[in-house]
Amino acid sequence: MTESIGLPSFGAMAEKVGLRRKREAALAGAEDETDWAGLLVRVRDQQDRAAFAVLFRHFAPRVKGYLMKSGAGAALAEECAQDVMAVLWQKAHLFDPGRASVATWVFTIARNRQIDALRRARRAEPEALDWGPAPEPDQSDALALQEETALLGQALAALPGPQRVLIERAFYGDLSHGEIAAETGLPLGTIKSRIRLALDKLRRQMTNRDDGRT
Amino acid sequence: MTIRHHLSEPLLMAYAAGHLPEAFSLVVATHLSLCDDCRARAGAFEAVGGALLDAGNETAMGDQALDRALARLDGPLPPQRPEARAAGIFPAPLAGYVGGDLATVRWQRVGGGVRQAILPTGKGAMARLVYIPAGKAVPDHGHQGIELTLVLQGAFADAAGRYDRGDVEISDDAVVHTPTALAGLDCICLTAAEAPLRFRGLIPRVAQRWLRI
Repeated sequence: MTESIGLPSFGAMAEKVGLRRKREAALAGAEDETDWAGLLVRVRDQQDRAAFAVLFRHFAPRVKGYLMKSGAGAALAEECAQDVMAVLWQKAHLFDPGRASVATWVFTIARNRQIDALRRARRAEPEALDWGPAPEPDQSDALALQEETALLGQALAALPGPQRVLIERAFYGDLSHGEIAAETGLPLGTIKSRIRLALDKLRRQMTNRDDGRT
Repeated sequence: MTIRHHLSEPLLMAYAAGHLPEAFSLVVATHLSLCDDCRARAGAFEAVGGALLDAGNETAMGDQALDRALARLDGPLPPQRPEARAAGIFPAPLAGYVGGDLATVRWQRVGGGVRQAILPTGKGAMARLVYIPAGKAVPDHGHQGIELTLVLQGAFADAAGRYDRGDVEISDDAVVHTPTALAGLDCICLTAAEAPLRFRGLIPRVAQRWLRI
């Protein structure tokens, strides 16, 4: 089940959304430049360099920005952003638009590069799931996920400034070990409870949207 | 297998964000390999990371960055780590650190039939495999900061409850616990502790008791 793997706590709602009309519209209009998943599928299936170039123009500067916020200097961030985009090309065969958005996928590659290059540490990855016999590519999964991704982006943008900043900091901040103690929750720190509030709000916002639309 | 003791949200978020010390990320990745529920929750946090990235600040790439990227696609690409495979009771990430299955582990005795093996991870935290014979207890041990204990085989119980394969206990330094392996299979756990503990085997037993490590 895609939903249970991708984004359940934020995303179970997309299940409820079930807006067939919208999906059909998305299918019809999927050729525009911001169909990142479609572009990455073209990279995956046809080694399409033009599609790669569009992805590069959008994501490379964002990856560089993320890496600099995480503490990299400009030159290192530029190099690592190049690496991230090269990995995107190299691993495109693993991309499944029903399981993750392109932004999420790029984020995980960038995060791992950050750990590797900036922190000089290793990161343990969970075991790859056995998906069983290759499933038919399911377009409705992919569209549901795209829709959910858009909702998440909107919910994030709608968060009040301070809460948004807290979530950003939790993701981007290069935390000291003392702060990790607060971050990882024990002993309970104010940071933790505030982040929790922000996340709750994010969830509520997405749930409300769904309710309003079904 | 029903997992009843899961990872906390802050831990999953820190893992998704890439902020955990390596030893903790090993325990988290090993738990996620056994727990679809936590894997899905971690995936949700990665989606938040993706949304932040997408909405985040752009920092212009250098001149000819795209040309460089395209030229690179023809040349050698960054090498990828080979993916580890599960081995016996060890899910893939742990098998990768151990370098094999249970038979590969080089245990050191720490008294009372309890054995441990320290795994090679980066600074800031330490990962260990702990072997507790069925029915035996690990001596009281306090620790600095957070300790995660993930059961791989058998089961243990302490004041906080019963832990079976896949369950993870999160305890802080306020807790002095005496995990006791339950009857049946010997209990094998993976632990991560925030501050490196002193190796028990190197310290005289009397001092050990006195220091409560």
